[in-house]
Amino acid sequence: MNMRKPETATADKPVDHAIRGGVHTALPHESAANHVTGRAEYIDDIPEPAGTLHAALGMSDRAHARILAIDLSAVVAFPGVVGALTARDIPGHNDISPVSRHDDPVFAEAVVEFHGQPVFAVVAETRDAARRAATLARIEYEDLPHAIDVIDALAADYPFVVDPLKLERGDVARGMAGSPRRLSGRFRVGGQEHFYLEGQIALAIPGEDGDVTVFSSTQHPSEVQHMVAHVLGVASHNVTVNVRRMGGAFGGKETQANLFAVIAAVAAKKWRRAVKFRPDRDDDMVATGKRHDFVIDYELGFDASGRIHAVEGSFAARCGFSADLSGPVTDRALFHADNAYFYPAVRLVSKPLKTNTVSNTAYRGFGGPQGLVAAERFIEDIAYALGKDPLEVRRANFYGGEGRDVTPYWQNVEDNIVGRIVDELEASADYQARRKAVIAHNASNPTIRKGIALTPVKFGISFTATWYNQAGALLHVYTDGSVQLNHGGTEMGQGLYTKVAQVVAEELQIDLDRIRVTATSTGKVPNTSATAASSGADLNGMAAADAARQIRERLIAFAAERWQTGPESVRFHANHVHVGDEKVPFAALIRMAYQARIQLSAAGFYKTPKIHWDRATGRGRPFYYYAYGAACSEVSVDTLTGEYQVDRVDILHDAGRSLNPDLDIGQIEGGFVQGMGWLTTEELWWDDKGRLRTHAPSTYKIPLASDRPRIFNVKLAEWSENVEPTIKRSKAVGEPPFMLAVSVLEALSMAAASVADYRIAPQMDAPATPERVLMTIEHLRAAAKAQGTSG
Amino acid sequence: MTASATTRKELRFLLNGPEVRLAECPPTRTLLDWLRIERRLTGTKEGCAEGDCGACTVLVGKLTEAGLVYESVNACIRFMGSLDGAHVVTVEALSEGGSLHPVQQAMVEHHGSQCGFCTPGIVMSLYGLWMRRPDASVAQIEKALQGNLCRCTGYAPIIRAAQAAAAASPDGDPLVVERARVTEALKAIRDGARVDMGEGTDRLILPADVADLAALRAELPGATVVAGATDVGLWVTKQMRPIGPLIFIGHLDGLRRIEETAEGVRFGAGVSYAEARAAIARRWPALVELWDRIGGEQVRNMGTVGGNIANGSPIGDTPPPFIALDASLRLLSAAGPRDLPLEDFFIAYGKQDRRADEIVESVFVPAPPAGAAFACYKVTKRLDEDITAVLAAFRLTFDGDRISDARLCYGGMAGTPKRATNAEAALKGRAWDEAAAEAAMAALADDFAPLTDWRATAEYRRLVAGNLIRRFWLETGGASVRLDRPLAEAV
Repeated sequence: MNMRKPETATADKPVDHAIRGGVHTALPHESAANHVTGRAEYIDDIPEPAGTLHAALGMSDRAHARILAIDLSAVVAFPGVVGALTARDIPGHNDISPVSRHDDPVFAEAVVEFHGQPVFAVVAETRDAARRAATLARIEYEDLPHAIDVIDALAADYPFVVDPLKLERGDVARGMAGSPRRLSGRFRVGGQEHFYLEGQIALAIPGEDGDVTVFSSTQHPSEVQHMVAHVLGVASHNVTVNVRRMGGAFGGKETQANLFAVIAAVAAKKWRRAVKFRPDRDDDMVATGKRHDFVIDYELGFDASGRIHAVEGSFAARCGFSADLSGPVTDRALFHADNAYFYPAVRLVSKPLKTNTVSNTAYRGFGGPQGLVAAERFIEDIAYALGKDPLEVRRANFYGGEGRDVTPYWQNVEDNIVGRIVDELEASADYQARRKAVIAHNASNPTIRKGIALTPVKFGISFTATWYNQAGALLHVYTDGSVQLNHGGTEMGQGLYTKVAQVVAEELQIDLDRIRVTATSTGKVPNTSATAASSGADLNGMAAADAARQIRERLIAFAAERWQTGPESVRFHANHVHVGDEKVPFAALIRMAYQARIQLSAAGFYKTPKIHWDRATGRGRPFYYYAYGAACSEVSVDTLTGEYQVDRVDILHDAGRSLNPDLDIGQIEGGFVQGMGWLTTEELWWDDKGRLRTHAPSTYKIPLASDRPRIFNVKLAEWSENVEPTIKRSKAVGEPPFMLAVSVLEALSMAAASVADYRIAPQMDAPATPERVLMTIEHLRAAAKAQGTSG
Repeated sequence: MTASATTRKELRFLLNGPEVRLAECPPTRTLLDWLRIERRLTGTKEGCAEGDCGACTVLVGKLTEAGLVYESVNACIRFMGSLDGAHVVTVEALSEGGSLHPVQQAMVEHHGSQCGFCTPGIVMSLYGLWMRRPDASVAQIEKALQGNLCRCTGYAPIIRAAQAAAAASPDGDPLVVERARVTEALKAIRDGARVDMGEGTDRLILPADVADLAALRAELPGATVVAGATDVGLWVTKQMRPIGPLIFIGHLDGLRRIEETAEGVRFGAGVSYAEARAAIARRWPALVELWDRIGGEQVRNMGTVGGNIANGSPIGDTPPPFIALDASLRLLSAAGPRDLPLEDFFIAYGKQDRRADEIVESVFVPAPPAGAAFACYKVTKRLDEDITAVLAAFRLTFDGDRISDARLCYGGMAGTPKRATNAEAALKGRAWDEAAAEAAMAALADDFAPLTDWRATAEYRRLVAGNLIRRFWLETGGASVRLDRPLAEAV
């Protein structure tokens, strides 16, 4: 059986109707054929240089303790071991804090601050020997008191890892006082393990002088470069970091790849041999950060129509032992604690708390989901308090209308399409009739209860660290007309390489298969930003377009001179360059241009306009634009066990003018299911010693095929177009759909609420495991009995 | 060792096409490490090294009574010793000719991969299904993928790809075309010899037959007996425990018999969950849902009924229903067999009634008495491929409208699979009505003091243990009180 082979342009036989693989085209992932055959190369698949050594971690088995003595004699005596590394063996700085706070050592020195903290690494001839040797260390500790979660940390008066943020607008005290109705609540939202299928890995190859080349599974090659240089005590120019692709990342390889890369690099330089570091899955899950869990305390003032008058919220997050990215993560939680709703008076504060746990980090949505789910909890509580359909309360509070467009951070919402999205989804999912049917079902079924919910998403696009919103690209056109493209973005499965190549194909009007995207490398495009915040295509697509336009302009000038015409009569179309009545194949023009000594290489650059943010005052325009979507989910719940299933999900999502609709649908479907996992079965569980007991897929349960919605209808809002001039008017799509899964949580809540005739707000915490669902049902039954109402 | 058997000093198996002979192999060497490190076949990935994520899925063809059968397995916890006489098929074999296999082609066209890391394993699971059942139902596809995690796609495009692959016929598939040749090659390898390699703790032995096994057990009481390695594999990959020498038993026909009579079914200890399913479905349809939720497909293809009992876990899935069904266990030593009620095998957490020279030979599960009611419920955090939080199996026998015998056995509620004797007593002699169910539910408080752990709190376990009795009562009364989810037909 043959691959469906697209008609391919060559220098001799160009296709002349239209190019294959331009923008706004549904195309498979550029590596799809390599994925399915196992030929796609991940770092562990690269042929190892002769004599490659392997590293393993020695980790703390205390949550908080003073290190009294480290005895590694048995470790280094183990057959095959070359040596061990501790803090003393670090030639430069024992510090990989990504935010320059110096609170994130590579190896603990005097004190360990979480169970699983790296204390040493062992380097051996084989990975097996390294792992076995690592268990032989004798470390003496003196235990210190520890705080594992936010409640412990608050009680123990633990410090913040970064300064908290406050967002305030309007007079909250007056707003509350003047509200006809008020309520308050506490909402616990769980964390999440990334569970990228390819674990963390780095391969370091020593070079001459201070040089080292590192293959790292990282979303942020430039940061790995800086960290390796910093830890080795060499300049950044000594370090080259490469990554062709990651086997998933989801934020878990934004800063968390640093540890493995720096240890591999230190060992490689010390022993002058290549060193690979691929931790076991359990060590990976224990030693790397996760999504922050939050405890959210809130008070709401509202009126009988459901309209919100005032909101006060405190967002306490388990940050772990160091700052890592907890500052911007907890900031983004506050930026999304409004979701799509206008709060006339609002005060939101973050509490980024230190805890004796692994330092929590970036995860798809970057705190936004935790803020957004709180906003939906506010709506849900008000709806139950008033006996209304939550959708009605949502509509009453959407941004829009006179004076109702300003966010808690003082940015105006100028591109609001949430109303249209919700209206269209309400109709296409037949929400009203199905809600009636669900209520009727529940009235006649004592055991299996149903719930339905329609929730929106509005998600701000841009890094809130404004300087991150820049990107570079490097484009080479070779004399056969083939193009090599490189940019600062990394490929983690999202299809970034495909989309950026489509942009270049469109700009140069050549078929997609004439463009080869090469591995992201700090040696090709410097000072890149993390591929994160859904920004990959927005930033790198624009930078690549810039590079392509430079080439095109040079070619236009050349052609105009060559054919003695004006530049306006030179046109690129369908693998050809039209010059007046002449039509030259692209490759032929390139050959001529080369001979005329035209530069056929260009470096592109882009920075996002309009954005600014002042954290001190809590004001600015942190986001270039917003992406929108909505989901309607229906569930069934077994009220004897709390087990449930998702019966149907309908999604309408805004990707602007999609660069590649099929890849975007993939991001939406996949993001939704990952979000559903976060809110349902994925539970992180630490014991009282601070030991993470859900440290492998046997104990940490991400969704399986059978967990996906029984009916799953996903559509793009095809009419949507970014109001800002983003790359081809598309919108970022990596993170926003993740939060569509909030509809599942609320549907489960509704099914539970049915046992109390929907009169009591279920206030179910997340993740809504079967246990939590059953306990919520029990609680509601008891409360209803106390009130004399039941369903 | 039986007189006729000889000893062979190497492992023999087929890898994709050719035969491989391994004269040196540490007994705990995993197939995954061997493929990736020794053979540089890097299409097979390591995701978790514990048989949960499926990134390492390969097919293993083995000769059975039904002929050559290909099963998906987890290469990460599959020891090389268990591959003697088998045909190992990796993802590299699928596109050997240079063009994509129909399953791969469908995965490309339906965007079944994003990051691509789980993809080879998913392709292999789907390939295994497609070969037997190209037009599989959605439930069958989901079942084939129970042991494959994907973090990117949300699975919908993978299901669509699996359905699209139905358009192609397996007739010309290499594994179909080569079937006769492979069968002959595997038969030639199975020479009836004991395989015995290495020394001391590095010794790897495949006994020639069950008698040879019994003799070896007496000779090497410290050896670890390995059947499916779905648990023992983790002792190596996760705990790095020294467990050699290893005696492999998965190949022994004498332990792979299923003897079905009117009185009941005897399952040999080496019968895999997958092999047992047909008899289970025939005799105890109420057990099928549980059976299909043990591990993932790969684990069910490897793991054995005997292993699930022998390892003594309090959260093994087969002991509670078997105890509720009044099963008996047969142990075997060089001195001969010893039978005991299965429930007596579990003495305490980590302690079973088995002498060092004994092996688990078989379990006999009697047919329920006429008119008996039987049900089995497994409650977990995630529906599929999850370890039990609470597992309940109930068998009620009636004398007229009175309960004459009640056997209620739970997993996850104590240090062993354990009967709820107080709840049973509360039921005996009564009519099976709501009051009886509630009496049994109340009596459970005296039966169990469960633990709180990451799977569930004690409170939830207690509550669910009781509610499952209510579910049983509702269902035996004819009520439909379950989530609406179709079972997968056997493939």
